Amino acid sequence: MRAFSPEEIGEVLEMVLFRELDIRAVTLSVNTLPAIRGDVGSALSALRSLLGPHLERFRPAVDKIAAKLGVRIVTARLAVSPVSVMLEPLGRAEDAVEIAKALDDLAETHGVDMVGGFAAFVHAGVSRGDRALIDALPDALNSTKRLGGFVNAASTATGINMDAVLEAAKAVLSMRPEAAARFAVTANVPEDVPFMPAAHHGLGLPDAVINVAVSGPGVIEAVVRNMKDADLRTLHDAIKRAAFKVTRLGELVGREVARELGVRFGAVDLSVAPSPKVGDSVAGILEAMGLPRAGAPGSVLALHLFVDAVKKGGAMATSTIGGLSGAFIPVSEDALMAKAAEEGALGFDSLKAMSAVCNTGIDMAGIPGDAPPDVVAALVADVMALATALDKPLGVRLVPIPGGRPGDVYELGGLYGRVVVMDLGRYREIPLARRSGVVPPSVWRLRAG
Amino acid sequence: MRGLAAAPAAPDIYIPYIVPSVDLVVVSVLGADRVGIVAGITSVLARHNANIVDIAQTVVRDIFSMVMVVDISKADVDIAGLRAELEEVGRKLGVMVAVHHIDVFRYMQRI
Repeated sequence: MRAFSPEEIGEVLEMVLFRELDIRAVTLSVNTLPAIRGDVGSALSALRSLLGPHLERFRPAVDKIAAKLGVRIVTARLAVSPVSVMLEPLGRAEDAVEIAKALDDLAETHGVDMVGGFAAFVHAGVSRGDRALIDALPDALNSTKRLGGFVNAASTATGINMDAVLEAAKAVLSMRPEAAARFAVTANVPEDVPFMPAAHHGLGLPDAVINVAVSGPGVIEAVVRNMKDADLRTLHDAIKRAAFKVTRLGELVGREVARELGVRFGAVDLSVAPSPKVGDSVAGILEAMGLPRAGAPGSVLALHLFVDAVKKGGAMATSTIGGLSGAFIPVSEDALMAKAAEEGALGFDSLKAMSAVCNTGIDMAGIPGDAPPDVVAALVADVMALATALDKPLGVRLVPIPGGRPGDVYELGGLYGRVVVMDLGRYREIPLARRSGVVPPSVWRLRAG
Repeated sequence: MRGLAAAPAAPDIYIPYIVPSVDLVVVSVLGADRVGIVAGITSVLARHNANIVDIAQTVVRDIFSMVMVVDISKADVDIAGLRAELEEVGRKLGVMVAVHHIDVFRYMQRI
């Protein structure tokens, strides 16, 4: 008896060869807290000695598994412990910038595409290390190429730190587009995200783990396109089956790389990440379901149906679901999302509405470089409110384009794609965004005891 | 099938039922039909002592398609080396050749 029928083999080959099914990222997550020192020089040398042995083997292991399986692994990434913790004894923004540059250099030296963890958790308040990191944000991101970072400004358990939201909004407005694309303001960020810029080594993890991020919207779009007359339950079932296969590939790659490196396999993030390539678009899936454009009425329904099917299919494919595990709707990184924004079909209000059912929030949306900080902070705060009210992870990644006006397009290239400047509306001042303090936690907190 | 034989798992990595099959690869060939495709591909496999354990081949409307399951446990090249050589032969024959480890199919097509 045949191990596989030609049809079964043909289906996998079509996905891998023609539908852009690949692994978005294999992320090596390393505990870097043992490198904490009282002066930045010693901390940097401890960081290098700690990460060096891991990184020397990481890229070769990823390449070896990609070659063995015949599967594209688009990026190899590193996640480190939140840098704010390393900064606690140092307490200076200039030290934060030094650490940022050192991490960037390490990544470049060892063929690591991105390094995440330039991060601070400030949802209930700002500590000494957090302060140093926040003050360093524009410099750190502007002077690096591969570093990713975030400020977790809200959590269901503690509420929304509006001071941090406003500071983060101001920091974003001081970043170059290429730098802002590597920074997010997050809420409820999980400990094991393999995706940038939310990747970091969470405090609950062992010393080193491998987390995997899958891709493959093209696979699901092809399935949906072939089911023009299907009823919704049949469509949902077909997406679920395709999502199982996509996630399964992530599970296989994660196991193999972890085995090769001799570290624990952590989690698969089953979010189906798009890329700017044609045929690799989440908006393409929504449109194939029957929308004239992403952002049109019906978009929340389409995204809900898609996310639900992906979660149910993916849950069967990997026992350890991690990271964000929802749907990504980054505007610039998805060719059809960008097109929808350019045409005016997709605005901030529709992105906020879609945030209720996705796990991205407002991601990779362009704003004018001279946008008022109030307005940016208020937009971020809206997403933070959704995240805490719905008890889920969300983030905001905005790209300020100098001189940009709504409708303008800025090419970031690579996985970042085409940034469309979107309309922030007519208001210049939003006094609510300047009120200081922490928005109290929602009733979810009481339910948790 | 030899590929299903139990292999030791690395400590700390739980592998419930899918054990690695280190020696089976799927070679797929797709392109315009012409003389010599099967000969060109299989001669590379034979030269490296790679054993074809299953083969399915069709020509539909002049499009040639062939899928082979190949045991490379006794071959003198690894999968990356075999892929490079088969892709080169494919280029000369004007067909596309892809080589994947069988675990990709096992993971995606079996529960």
